[in-house]
Amino acid sequence: MTTKELAGISVDVDAEGFLTDHTVWNLDLAAAIAKEEGIEALTDRHIDVLNFMRKEFEENGTAPSIRKMNKLNVVPTKELYALFPGGPAKKAAKIAGLGKPQGCI
Amino acid sequence: MSEQPEPIKKVSLIVSKGSLVDVYPALVMGNGARMEGMEASIFFTFFGLGALIKKTQNSLKVATVGNPAMNMAMPMLKMPITMPFPTIMGAIPGVSNFATWMMKNEMENLDIPTVPEFLEMFTDAGGEVFACKLAMDMFKLTQDDLCDQVSSVLTVGEFYERSAGASIIFT
Repeated sequence: MTTKELAGISVDVDAEGFLTDHTVWNLDLAAAIAKEEGIEALTDRHIDVLNFMRKEFEENGTAPSIRKMNKLNVVPTKELYALFPGGPAKKAAKIAGLGKPQGCI
Repeated sequence: MSEQPEPIKKVSLIVSKGSLVDVYPALVMGNGARMEGMEASIFFTFFGLGALIKKTQNSLKVATVGNPAMNMAMPMLKMPITMPFPTIMGAIPGVSNFATWMMKNEMENLDIPTVPEFLEMFTDAGGEVFACKLAMDMFKLTQDDLCDQVSSVLTVGEFYERSAGASIIFT
């Protein structure tokens, strides 16, 4: 675990840069992590996905699968890949301040 | 310090067998590759084509004959994993259907999609699905028999061309 300066505050992150405490998360932090992941600006659609993921995480203890977000009409799979290019589940979880997703699907 | 190995950027998977458990590994690995940001394609050939045929893709079966590792499925029946399952039992009518039903239930519980839904998810994720031309000719199939997710019917040569730079994985 290391400490890192993000959006003007210092936060604890794991070896891969995931926040170790999801409760410190806010939209400024999200924007800063997104930038590091190559997403210049978060749109309303990004934020819808992030909010849903955080809500699911708080209710179930894990981030939702891509399939679940597609089925519940949160975000179609195609759009999710376009919003978070190059590894949507992992990237979205990181920007949402959650741990690395553990699922294979 | 030794150099980091080059990350895998592209995978081409080949499916040549058509039981339910022959098809899933490639779907999981291919979709997983897309989730990691790699390029991914799956080439279905011989009996593997059954996963792409509209009339059969929803009724792939678990093979219960000739599989000496069937004991692995015993915990699904709340029985020990060491319990043997003689192949002759697998030949009894209905056993394959039952095993298939059980496996599908288990997969739904683990949030694993059905074969048609999985193909849709994989192509929505940017993965490509190919069918083998030779096998299509052999089984008297045309592209109309195949589901919409198939982007092309390829010869072996075309498959290799499209796989330039990829790790090729035969499942």
